[in-house]
Amino acid sequence: MRQLILNRRRLLGLGAASASTLLLSGCDWYDGGLGMGDGLRSALERANALTYHAQRLLVGQQALATEYTDADIRQGQRPNGTVDPQTPEYLAVKANNFADYRLNITGLVNTPLSLSLAELKALPARTQITRHDCVEGWSCIAKWTGPQLGPLLDRAGVQPAARFCVYHCYDTMDDGSLDGPPPYYESSDLVDAFHPQTILAYGMNGGDLPIANGAPVRMRIERALGYKQAKYVHTIELVSDFTKFGGGRGGYWEDNGYDWYGGI
Amino acid sequence: MATITEDRVEPRDRRAKGPLIYRQSIFTRVTHWVWVVCLFFLLCSGLNIFNAHPTLYIGEQSGFPNLQTGSQHLDNAWLDIGAVNTPDGPRGQTTLLGHSFDTTGLGLGMSGDPANPEFRGFPGWLTVPSYYDLGTSRVVHFFFAWILVATLAVWLVASAFNRHIAEIPPGPRDWRQLPRDVLNHLRLRFEHRRQYNVLQKIAYSVVLFILFPLIMLTGMSMSPGLNAALPWLVELFGGRQTARSIHFLTMNALVLFFIIHIVMVLLAGPFNELRQMITGRYRAGPEVGFDASRRDKP
Repeated sequence: MRQLILNRRRLLGLGAASASTLLLSGCDWYDGGLGMGDGLRSALERANALTYHAQRLLVGQQALATEYTDADIRQGQRPNGTVDPQTPEYLAVKANNFADYRLNITGLVNTPLSLSLAELKALPARTQITRHDCVEGWSCIAKWTGPQLGPLLDRAGVQPAARFCVYHCYDTMDDGSLDGPPPYYESSDLVDAFHPQTILAYGMNGGDLPIANGAPVRMRIERALGYKQAKYVHTIELVSDFTKFGGGRGGYWEDNGYDWYGGI
Repeated sequence: MATITEDRVEPRDRRAKGPLIYRQSIFTRVTHWVWVVCLFFLLCSGLNIFNAHPTLYIGEQSGFPNLQTGSQHLDNAWLDIGAVNTPDGPRGQTTLLGHSFDTTGLGLGMSGDPANPEFRGFPGWLTVPSYYDLGTSRVVHFFFAWILVATLAVWLVASAFNRHIAEIPPGPRDWRQLPRDVLNHLRLRFEHRRQYNVLQKIAYSVVLFILFPLIMLTGMSMSPGLNAALPWLVELFGGRQTARSIHFLTMNALVLFFIIHIVMVLLAGPFNELRQMITGRYRAGPEVGFDASRRDKP
């Protein structure tokens, strides 16, 4: 009996000691295994897919993000990421005050579209005052104006094989990559692409979209975080999968470890 | 006379043992330890997520002085953990409700090797991963958030069936015991009864029925996807930035509970308490009668 108690006591002590070592040895203990592509990280990332599917199941496909009033616009829209692109392609369209800018809708569509800024501005526009939530944690309320993406996709005729929109941008992210600064890009599923609040915003807070905020055109995908709101968009490509772009995870920040869905 | 009585009674009492009672079901024990792991990783990854923007606000949005449009900027921050340049070099500075404190010594705002300091809200030894990596911290955070919610669901169902849940909220009789229990705790005299004492019931009720729901619901309130489905939820908390603040404050309350919990385990007998949460069996005090029908052991 005494032997048994001692064993059990020792077992408890061992358990407690190893548990406290596991928990208190300093958090850098966990750094290994959390890098991109590591097995542990890939296992943990499955929770992101669970979040995406759970939200697509529970959140009505047409459920709208909260819209605010003019009184809720208390400040300018905080720009983040690139605020003044320097790529030759962007400088060329910017020099002419975006008169030569074209928005292209390509990929798995029946009729590829190419629209000038004037043509975009001539389309029926939606104006919405929404809250921009950065993945970093801050929020900012602003008013956005532009045509809905859905009717444009209908006009182009989305082919049945298409599952995602890839948003190609003029700006690059100088992150020290050996292949040079990679272009910013983003992607969404077709639920978000056809969502009534998904617009190609050319206007902000009653004026033209400023360069720092993505002029001439940026995405507003209102049920997602800030990094999904691609700025300086020039091409929307319908694809069946996005693995051939960038790092293959569906966006610049996704390639750097952020979740693709971006709705949480 | 009194001294003699005490001398006689005390050693005998200390040796006297009550029954070894079966106190914690397998569901209570397993969920308890799963929560230990979950809350540890949620805390450490959460602090790194906080570090991405180490400022907390009241309301829907975050006020930025440089975005001022009218006569005055939206000034709704109540906590900021940052760094400032001083004549003596950079220092960690925490600003709470308009009052600034030098928190370099606490590792808040500035930490690591003094010759090559890191400027971040919470120091690397507290965060997972130890380096600043928001994307990875979010992966860790949301994985364990799912586990926490799933385990809480298991605990709720199991505890409803085995009636453990009814043992936790303090009842009228418990409240009458409150002054006595407070005195006993102050004298570090702990009774080992079948039921939790009232201070335990209050602490566990606060954690399970207030802090857990609060931290989960404020977490969900920060999801723009869920905001579209449940717009009333984030409004209930007073806006997304207030929800973020409540999420942070609830985390502080859970850390405070953890510290008290560990101290109480150490004071009340760590061997008996750990045995309870591992095997389910708890050595009751001598005043507890033996009851074979309740699976008591000698």
